[in-house]
Amino acid sequence: MKGFIAVKSGREEPVVAEQPQAPLLVLAKATKSFGAVQALTEGSITLYAGEAHALLGENGAGKSTLVKILAGVHRPDSGVLEVGGQPLTLHGPASSRAVGISIIYQEPTLFPDLSVAENIYMGRQPLAAGRRIDRARMRKDAEAVFAQLGVALDPDRLARGLSVADQQIVEIAKALSLEAKVLVMDEPTAALTGVEVERLFEVMRTLRNQGAAVLFISHRLEEVFASCQRVTIMRDGRYVRTAAIEDLTVDDIIRSMVGRDLDTLFPKTETVPGEVILQVENLNREGVFSDISFEVRRGEIVALAGLVGAGRSEVARAIFGIDRRSSGVVRISGTELSNGSPQASMAAGMALVPEDRRQQGLVMELGLDQNIALASLGRLSKFGIIRRASEGAIALTWAERLQLKFSRLKNPVSTLSGGNQQKAVLGKWLARRPTLLIIDEPTRGIDVGTKAEVHRILDGLVAEGMAILMISSELPEVLGMADRVLVLHEGRLTAELSRDEADENSIMRAASGLDAGAAA
Amino acid sequence: MTAQLELPPQPTLSRVGTLLRARELGIGIVIAIVFVTATLKNHAFANSHSVQQLLTGAALIALLGVGETLVIVTRNVDLSVGSVVGLSAYVVGSTFKHHPHMPILLGFVLGIAIGAAIGAINGLITTVARVPSLVVTLAALYIIRGVDGVIVNGKTIDPGSIPKVFQEVGYRTLFGVPWLAIIVAVVVAVVGYAMRSFRAGRDLYAIGSNPDAAALAGVPTGRRVFTAFLVSGSLAGLAGALFLALHAQVDVTGGNGYELTVIAAVVVGGVAIFGGSGTVLGAALGAVLLNTINQALVASKVSAFWNDAIAGALLLAAIAFDRWLSLRIARNLRSAEGAHRNV
Amino acid sequence: MSDTATRPPTTTSYAETGSTGRPSWHALLRWESALVLVLIAVLIFGSSKSSTFLTPTTFFFTGLNMGEVAIMALPLLLIVMIGEIDLSVASMLGLSGAVMGHLFQSGWSIWAAMGVALLVGAVGGALNGVLVANAGLPSIAVTIGTLTLFRGVAEIILPTPTTRLIPTSLTKVGVVPIQGTQLAYSAAIFFLMAAIFAVVLHATALGRSLVAIGLQPESAQFSGIRVRRIRFGLYVASGVICAFAGILFTLKNSSASYGAGSGLELTVVAIVLFGGVSIFGGRGTVLGVVLAVIIVGSLQQALTQMHVQPEVQNIVTGALLLISVLVPNSGEALRRIRERVRRG
Repeated sequence: MKGFIAVKSGREEPVVAEQPQAPLLVLAKATKSFGAVQALTEGSITLYAGEAHALLGENGAGKSTLVKILAGVHRPDSGVLEVGGQPLTLHGPASSRAVGISIIYQEPTLFPDLSVAENIYMGRQPLAAGRRIDRARMRKDAEAVFAQLGVALDPDRLARGLSVADQQIVEIAKALSLEAKVLVMDEPTAALTGVEVERLFEVMRTLRNQGAAVLFISHRLEEVFASCQRVTIMRDGRYVRTAAIEDLTVDDIIRSMVGRDLDTLFPKTETVPGEVILQVENLNREGVFSDISFEVRRGEIVALAGLVGAGRSEVARAIFGIDRRSSGVVRISGTELSNGSPQASMAAGMALVPEDRRQQGLVMELGLDQNIALASLGRLSKFGIIRRASEGAIALTWAERLQLKFSRLKNPVSTLSGGNQQKAVLGKWLARRPTLLIIDEPTRGIDVGTKAEVHRILDGLVAEGMAILMISSELPEVLGMADRVLVLHEGRLTAELSRDEADENSIMRAASGLDAGAAA
Repeated sequence: MTAQLELPPQPTLSRVGTLLRARELGIGIVIAIVFVTATLKNHAFANSHSVQQLLTGAALIALLGVGETLVIVTRNVDLSVGSVVGLSAYVVGSTFKHHPHMPILLGFVLGIAIGAAIGAINGLITTVARVPSLVVTLAALYIIRGVDGVIVNGKTIDPGSIPKVFQEVGYRTLFGVPWLAIIVAVVVAVVGYAMRSFRAGRDLYAIGSNPDAAALAGVPTGRRVFTAFLVSGSLAGLAGALFLALHAQVDVTGGNGYELTVIAAVVVGGVAIFGGSGTVLGAALGAVLLNTINQALVASKVSAFWNDAIAGALLLAAIAFDRWLSLRIARNLRSAEGAHRNV
Repeated sequence: MSDTATRPPTTTSYAETGSTGRPSWHALLRWESALVLVLIAVLIFGSSKSSTFLTPTTFFFTGLNMGEVAIMALPLLLIVMIGEIDLSVASMLGLSGAVMGHLFQSGWSIWAAMGVALLVGAVGGALNGVLVANAGLPSIAVTIGTLTLFRGVAEIILPTPTTRLIPTSLTKVGVVPIQGTQLAYSAAIFFLMAAIFAVVLHATALGRSLVAIGLQPESAQFSGIRVRRIRFGLYVASGVICAFAGILFTLKNSSASYGAGSGLELTVVAIVLFGGVSIFGGRGTVLGVVLAVIIVGSLQQALTQMHVQPEVQNIVTGALLLISVLVPNSGEALRRIRERVRRG
């Protein structure tokens, strides 16, 4: 890594001079821990003017922590940050912005009660005489940014109710309007369609031409190959390597990311599907998804794939009864379930491990025992009184069976690592001995070791005859684990692929609506 | 797929914005309906004296509503305003009693200073110790009431000890408009303008709308929330001085129970109780509406006992209406999106 | 720059952090111990200021004065536990008294009148419940609305206080203690209810559900807890229990008036918060609330015996409330202040 030399890669044209130059931003050996959890052990990255630089790593590799250090949200425990050769300390988001760093977060951070234009210019609204906010100019500036992005969004409308994609566009507009020297994009494309992604790449190109550096985080490697010149890979909170994109193959990247060969990760064994457990017919939820029909059989894992915002979690919520369905029928082993009742679904043998374990899966301040017992309180009580002994016993049983590492059952689950928290949610539901397990993002944000363990657990469960509906944004996980893949695009099922038919290409086409578009 | 790019300017969405901004207009219309109905029943309701009473009666709550709006917009609440009114009114009154020749302007300054000090303490505790403002200001309410009790010590300030000129602020009119209403209108205009047209004002909305995002956008959250409490306290202090001018007497019960009336007026006026939206004009109109209903009942010879029940029902109706409106908007947006997505 | 791909897979890099975790009840227990100390201090203070303080009579009057407030604090405790609030409690007390008084005044039997009053409590609670649990409206705004509404309806029903004499066999609850003890009837009822509430909150599935709803409502819903039904039910329970407090209040005064208990809602809230219940929900104990009731009651009694005006006694309530939220937060706050000073 001796100075940066721009090279032809993919369709990208080199936009920087071919001689060594001083880096625009250097973060060296940053560390950050939260309590006893070391989130970042060695965060290092070097960005040059005019480059698009991909930051890759699995969930939990420390990318988000690194981004938040650049954003001024987290202060590193140690390490050096230099911008334009000047070492500096960021005191908060404002000072990060002041040195020319702009961030597009994975989760949009909008003000629902304010107009789109104001969302873009919050805290730096254009001023007229007397320090009044110049609304007309703010509006015009916002329109200009949208024109640059080629989208038709009304700057005067409230941000409340924007689709996820439109929210992301507002975020991009915000970053664009800052005319930042360093633009950090944390999975900006997760919710975007193909055309919108193309447009984003164009914006990246424009920014690079203006001498900005773009730090691009994405799970879609093809996007990285299409838009970036250099790649930095992280694993388990540590810097692994930086290389020019043309020196790398997909296999190299994955091996660096996971630290081992891919095929050992997913131990799904062949099973023979049994009778139908879950039957979903013409499921609708107005404005969210429509006409969803499928079956899940005993002993099979069916994956529900699609882009973020396609409605996958929403389908799961409606099946389980968290949300009411507008129409349609859900049956478990032939029995129709009443609408909008998680209790009925649970009684019929359904379990749902939700996508957000901190908000939906666990009660973070309660102990492991109380969390595991939470879905089984009825069975653990006698005359309404919870039997503490049974509560402890059931928790211990499942903690051991799932090899959950903990120090004391009573300690709040917030003290556990992400992987062990996920096992706690699993334990909570397996303790009910369900016949159908819906699991939403089974391995999001957990370390590599535990990830494989979770996959082994799921494999074991189907081998014992459970039916599993798995929602996952990680294609390798879908391809490795699923017997069948259902693909959702904007609230509609666009494909049902067998294990043989499913590959990265077929799933992504269906997820982007390309196949459905051709059919229509 | 290119539908998004050629999307015509979204008419439904813009209308939604207009609809929300028209909240003040809606309250104005309801006030007009109540006024006309009451006038039909009793023609005296529309005479100038009665209208003046309508305005003076609403003025204090409207003034407190302005400060309360600033606080509520940031997702906080100030329960101490009623007690500040009582304390400020009594202290200003007793100062006049002991220094009859004090300039009346100093009376107002004193009231504002008392309120500002209390507002600053509320703001400091809320932002530095990060204690929920509901608890802080509830405690402040009790402590101030207690301090007031010690100072008042069972006495009453009577009209005799308050300078005539000071009292005139409470009942004199300018071109038929009560001075009290003019003062409040000026405050509403100034604060309303600041909330709309200055960055600091917009920061308050940002904080209430999404506190995390506000911090990410570099908004000085703590300082802004502190300022909101400071303004709320100061206006409550001013309201205390005006209370004294209006009633020309005060004892330990002054301003009792105002806190919940103010919150009711603010919420009726369209300020979201969990922050992020609402205007001071709306809050002031909410206060006028509640008072108009009150007076209309009296004028229509309906028992005044109905007043509280109607005010309560109105508050419930207002929040239920807001909820219904936002659900409707959400649904419209969803189907609008569905439509343009499925082109 | 070495390629680390060949390195053996690292095991979990996240340290197991059990040792630093503090069970949440630990902090609570400490708060309750602090309350016990405060109580002892209050008792010492009271007896040093008035020779008649530590007497059975004081005990009786404290119970008599605090009874209704204390009873209303119990359902409010559960409502605050799930992260909501009910400001209409004192108005419901007034409304229930007004309904009972009006019916009794128009010739109903006292028992029937009390029955209808309880029913009105259930209906009023259900109104709160529907608006909060089903319509999803913010409870603070809803219950400020019903606070005004209930008081208003009470005014309409009973514009002037009742004059018909309530049988003395009933009004004696406000005059004499339970035979053979120095315990006021309302205080005895409170302690009985507190015991029941303690079992419900700390030992049953329902209680655990309340904690879960208060800490993480979404997780509770995803665990199959009937969040909406529980929210609704708690408001109905609060309505009925406050109506019951209204009956006791009426019997104590031998007459009903619509203004009964006016302004008590904030006192009840203050007691619950002083008892260590988190305004954000999920944390709190019945023991804490019971201790808070006893402390506030004895302090008021002591100050009254010292001839301190009732308004001044508010300072103490306010100060206790402020301390109760500042102390648990003080470490964190000091750290922030120091950081701010360091940064300039």
